[in-house]
Amino acid sequence: MALLDIQGVTRRFGDFTAVDRVSLAIEAGEFFTLLGPSGCGKTTLLRMIAGFDVPDEGRIDLDGADLADRPPERRPVRTVFQSYALFPHMTVEGNIAFPLQMARVPPAEIPAKVAEALEDVRLSGFGRRMPQELSGGQRQRVAIARALVTHPRVLLLDEPLAALDAKLREEMQIELINLQREVDITFVYVTHDQTEALALSHRIAVMNHGRVEQLDEPSRIYGAPATRFVADFIGQCNLLSGPVVARDGGILTFDVPGVGAVRATAAEGQPDARHGTVALRPEKIRLVADPSEAAAPAGPHGRGAPHGGEARAASFGGDPTHNHVRGHVADLLYMGDVTVYRVETPGGARIEALLANSQSGRAKFFEVGDAVEMSWAVDAGHTIAG
Amino acid sequence: MAARAGVNWGKWAVSGPPLAYLIVFFAAPTLIMALASFRTPGDFGGLAPLVAPDGTLDLNLESYARLAESTAYAEVFLKSVIFAIVTTVACLVLAYPLATLIAQSPRKYRDLLLLLVILPFWSNFLIRIYAWMIILGPNAALARGLNGVLALFGVEPVPLLFSSFAVLVCLVYVHLPFMVLPLYANLEKHDRALLDAAQDLGANAWQRFWRITFPLSLPGVYAGAALVFIPALGIFAIPDILGGPNDTLIGNLIKQQFLETRDWPFGSVLSIVLTVAALALAGLAAWIGRRGSAGAARA
Repeated sequence: MALLDIQGVTRRFGDFTAVDRVSLAIEAGEFFTLLGPSGCGKTTLLRMIAGFDVPDEGRIDLDGADLADRPPERRPVRTVFQSYALFPHMTVEGNIAFPLQMARVPPAEIPAKVAEALEDVRLSGFGRRMPQELSGGQRQRVAIARALVTHPRVLLLDEPLAALDAKLREEMQIELINLQREVDITFVYVTHDQTEALALSHRIAVMNHGRVEQLDEPSRIYGAPATRFVADFIGQCNLLSGPVVARDGGILTFDVPGVGAVRATAAEGQPDARHGTVALRPEKIRLVADPSEAAAPAGPHGRGAPHGGEARAASFGGDPTHNHVRGHVADLLYMGDVTVYRVETPGGARIEALLANSQSGRAKFFEVGDAVEMSWAVDAGHTIAG
Repeated sequence: MAARAGVNWGKWAVSGPPLAYLIVFFAAPTLIMALASFRTPGDFGGLAPLVAPDGTLDLNLESYARLAESTAYAEVFLKSVIFAIVTTVACLVLAYPLATLIAQSPRKYRDLLLLLVILPFWSNFLIRIYAWMIILGPNAALARGLNGVLALFGVEPVPLLFSSFAVLVCLVYVHLPFMVLPLYANLEKHDRALLDAAQDLGANAWQRFWRITFPLSLPGVYAGAALVFIPALGIFAIPDILGGPNDTLIGNLIKQQFLETRDWPFGSVLSIVLTVAALALAGLAAWIGRRGSAGAARA
């Protein structure tokens, strides 16, 4: 039985359905993330688990018991708020002791528990400070210590790292992973940051318009997005859509406007789709100088692709395992470790390809206007029906 | 250097006029009054000449000695302090829910509600006090209704007007806005997330108020208490108009010395003692408050 069982929960605000028939089973000890753009319903769902909001339909069970008639103060669930919400008139110790006092823990036992919680978040010695005297990262840790000191069944974290700068955020991510493993408490984490979700979670529920679009492990969410939304929201992704024009065992051929025939492995459970999308990550594409352009004299920017027979840039005649698409570099983004090239096909489609700048002293391999050939394995992309 | 001198000129230009105003109309009169408290009353009121005919300065402690002669003055002081404390506490108890209500109401109604709080200031202070004479008068509905109910239990009719009750009711009425406004200004800034966090951490409504809202509102409570306590301590118009013969407060006593008895030195002594007492009580309250909040912080 799942620790936290969310069954068909719906929440409406007037005409707006914030959470739409969401069902999730969150297991004990799991680091579970609700990921989605702002307004997707993830925070509303979190507030309903905490008890600050009540579902219009459906139920939320914790340890098999319905939480409906228990107010927030009587749920074994704690929240780490985005603003931390530390009590400014209490010391760090006072803040962490607060939930223990509310739980009527004997006063003699409180100091030891507070010290232990401070140690868990590596803040020993900061107990006498006031919250205003701490840095953002330290406040964050006090908020976590305060929420964990009573050993709740579930810890809810509402975009807890959003207010921190990038470097500190990465540090806190690693600490959160370690902390969650140490305390062995179920974390339900809300974020709109997909890299954070991928890095932290055991499982991710990607939400959009109040619904769960996909519920899976991070590698599956990234590698096998179930919908166009998920593919587009998580990382960079080329979405090549078109009708299915041929079917060869498990390999489908799509006629993608501006690109031509693209072959891709059919996704499981969608054997007879008429129309589909190949979600292709930029790093899966191999980018080389166009071999035919190199041989034949061409315009200064490699534009003016030959008309007629070569209007279809994609060809796989000679290579059954790979797609080959020609084009020229329309623009590029130098990111330091990698460079993102946007390649325009003769048909006017744009495809992003990513190349690691692993050779030292070389910022980029191609310039804007260079004629290039992209290639990717037929099983490199992920096929989405529709 | 030139730039620095320019900045200083600017500073004086801005702060000079109000400073001069305070020196001329507050500091100087206070000093004059302090000096007057050591002088001899004139034969027909006012003050005797500062330099006696024999050329010596006529300064003495006789008026201070008079204050110590009778316990009647101490009793009036004590009564004034008690009235001021009761007024302050009653204002706090009444203003807190009101200020909370305004602070939590939708933003578009807040200005209107605040306007209603300060609306009484638009009519004259004395007129508002006289209005209470009518409300509390023996033939008004309030007194008739109350005494009618008391008669059912065989209790003699009680007069509402010209009593300590009337004085206290009007003191609370007059000073309530001075408590509501600073409390509102404080409560309005409270972060709603703190109460959510407290609830999430297991605090019920009562605990959330006493552990979070109230301690955080203490600066507003202190400001409001000072704005109510100090004027209530020195008031004379309300006991004059609504009080009975036993409701003389220190303010009435001072007014009598200056306007009726025309004993300026003794009036000055009473004023100075009142000022010192008010400062001492405010300082004591601030000291207790600091200790209290430091204790809460340690907890």
